[in-house]
Amino acid sequence: MENLSQILGRFGGVYLLPVGLALGAFVLIGAPASWATLTIAGLSMGMMVFLMASGLSLIFGLMDVLNFGHSAFISFGAFVAATVLSALSGWVGADSVFLNSMALVFALLAATSFGLAAGWFFETVIIRPVYHDHLRQILITMGALIVSEQIILALWGGTPITVLRPHFLEGAIILGNVSVEVYRLFAFALGLVAFIGLYLVLNRSRIGLLVRAGVENREMVESLGFRIDRLFIGVFMVGSALAAVGGAMWAGYETLITPALGGEMMIVVFIVVIIGGLGSIEGTLLGAIMVGLTANYVGFLAPKLALASNMILMTIILLWRPNGLRPAVK
Amino acid sequence: MSAPVSNPNVGEIAVKSTVLLIAALLCFAPFLFQDVRALEVAARICVFIVLVASYDLLIGYTGIVSFAHTMFFGFGAYGAAILLRQMGPGWDAVILGGLAGVLVSLVVATAIGLLSLRVKAIFFAMITLAAASVALVLASQLSHFTGGEDGITYRAPDLFKPAFKLMTGDDGKVMRIFGVKLNGKLAAYYFVFVTCLILFFVMLRVVGSPLGTVLKAIRENEARAEAIGYRVVAYRTFVFCLSAAIASLAGTVYAVWLKYTGPDTALSFAIMIDILLMVVIGGMGTMWGAVIGAVLMVIAQYYLRDLMGVAADATANIPLLPELLNPDRWLFWLGIIFILLVYFFPKGIVGTITQKGVRG
Repeated sequence: MENLSQILGRFGGVYLLPVGLALGAFVLIGAPASWATLTIAGLSMGMMVFLMASGLSLIFGLMDVLNFGHSAFISFGAFVAATVLSALSGWVGADSVFLNSMALVFALLAATSFGLAAGWFFETVIIRPVYHDHLRQILITMGALIVSEQIILALWGGTPITVLRPHFLEGAIILGNVSVEVYRLFAFALGLVAFIGLYLVLNRSRIGLLVRAGVENREMVESLGFRIDRLFIGVFMVGSALAAVGGAMWAGYETLITPALGGEMMIVVFIVVIIGGLGSIEGTLLGAIMVGLTANYVGFLAPKLALASNMILMTIILLWRPNGLRPAVK
Repeated sequence: MSAPVSNPNVGEIAVKSTVLLIAALLCFAPFLFQDVRALEVAARICVFIVLVASYDLLIGYTGIVSFAHTMFFGFGAYGAAILLRQMGPGWDAVILGGLAGVLVSLVVATAIGLLSLRVKAIFFAMITLAAASVALVLASQLSHFTGGEDGITYRAPDLFKPAFKLMTGDDGKVMRIFGVKLNGKLAAYYFVFVTCLILFFVMLRVVGSPLGTVLKAIRENEARAEAIGYRVVAYRTFVFCLSAAIASLAGTVYAVWLKYTGPDTALSFAIMIDILLMVVIGGMGTMWGAVIGAVLMVIAQYYLRDLMGVAADATANIPLLPELLNPDRWLFWLGIIFILLVYFFPKGIVGTITQKGVRG
């Protein structure tokens, strides 16, 4: 038993969980083609959720702030991107890949810059006064969430909005007898790029070193003369921007969005962050992939259980590891 | 935190006399405000006082933030609703439904508590939020059982029917006192009022007992409470279960009063936000705060929207403002008030007034 866990640990430990999940599902599903489709769907969903959740996890890890208003950035990202895309509907529908991608780039840029600005505003105005007070933090960010949801309702109305997808992301690629939606591949790739970028910045750059040191021991970093409060704002803005991009991607995936989107995704994001362990990018990725895969497999195998699947997954993992799979915060 | 009981100050006297006045108004509400809507408001206030006070046991006294309080409220409401629908109107259905709701609440609360109360407070908040949303989705999905989005309508026990005569006069018609018909509606209101009063006194007793002191000790300094020898996790789980059970009973009472149970009245996240607002507005960590917060919020809910409609019509020419003044957007303003309150008056109305008295 000891040996087994050592061997497992050498090959990746908890990172083997998604692989095990996929293998188990392969046996249960039986049909390789549908398994492949489900796995790809799960992975791309996981990557989109990762975009939304990574910011929340980082902000908590570094600043010890749990932003219950995080889902506001997700919804705002979705709605801003949808608005930009419909404003550029000529480009979106055009037959040129260049114009298509320009529309997409503009939409994502709009979501990102909105996320950055809103993150800055949120950090300085809403959260700054209540550092180190968890109770008031939860209450205030919850209040901010209520206000943001009402602003979305006031600006975009309560009716569902159709999101235009750039032409070149429509359709599917057929590999053998497996059809893969292009949009899913794109979402997966974007999530992967974000993860690699975050990983490199956190582990290979000077700023990343400071951020990790700040997570470990804030006072020490401060006493060495670094302005950790500026770092905080930076991390908060980047985290919010990531959430906005995740929301924008999710809007394109769903193609029909309502103001309830943020609230629905928030639950998934929370579950991901809890499963993965607060404060670490790797844990968040792991949690997101697990949730994405489970949601798709269970949705296929036992549709009635699909709603509770995330909850069951979270319960099992918490019983096994009360602090999540890969916590950065001790 | 609070002033010693032995020398009550001006603020405390003011708060307590206000609460007494509210209690008296609620007690004679059917006679004082003789229209249907006012009685609706009074019953809602009674139920929400209990609900908010039981939430205050968690957030104010023990310092744990749960977002699953409406879930327990909903368990009680749906328990009574489903059984009243299946078994027909009768007291057995109400009692069985109430007990079933309490039982389910206790099981779920124990599970959540043991699973997550030992880790960080923030984990607990997230997990309860997730659990509550799953409960909401389940209620709308299991539609053959819960009526889905439409909810369930049913009949209350015969005693509470508006046509029921509590007392008949000489002419065989329903008797009136001060012009109020002594019918089932009146009985239903007093059922709500008395049950809520009893539940509120139970909570007052808990808060005043040594148990209440331990809870406050845990809130103020968890490590020290543990060091003195109190098992923090056990206490937290217990108070979580207690507040869940009381919320569930409040749900049963409300279900019997409304004769309708659906996601909007018993389970929606909007109710959770209402409870949070009431606790914060009234003042955390005091039972009186729950009373004042619930009264203010419920009255605002019923009457502020009318006012906002007038304001929206008056500003119809200005861009965006009418959108924000739309009666449906009233949560926007409450949200802002909520944030400002948490910043500037974290102790709420009651806490602030009581403190003023101490200084003066």
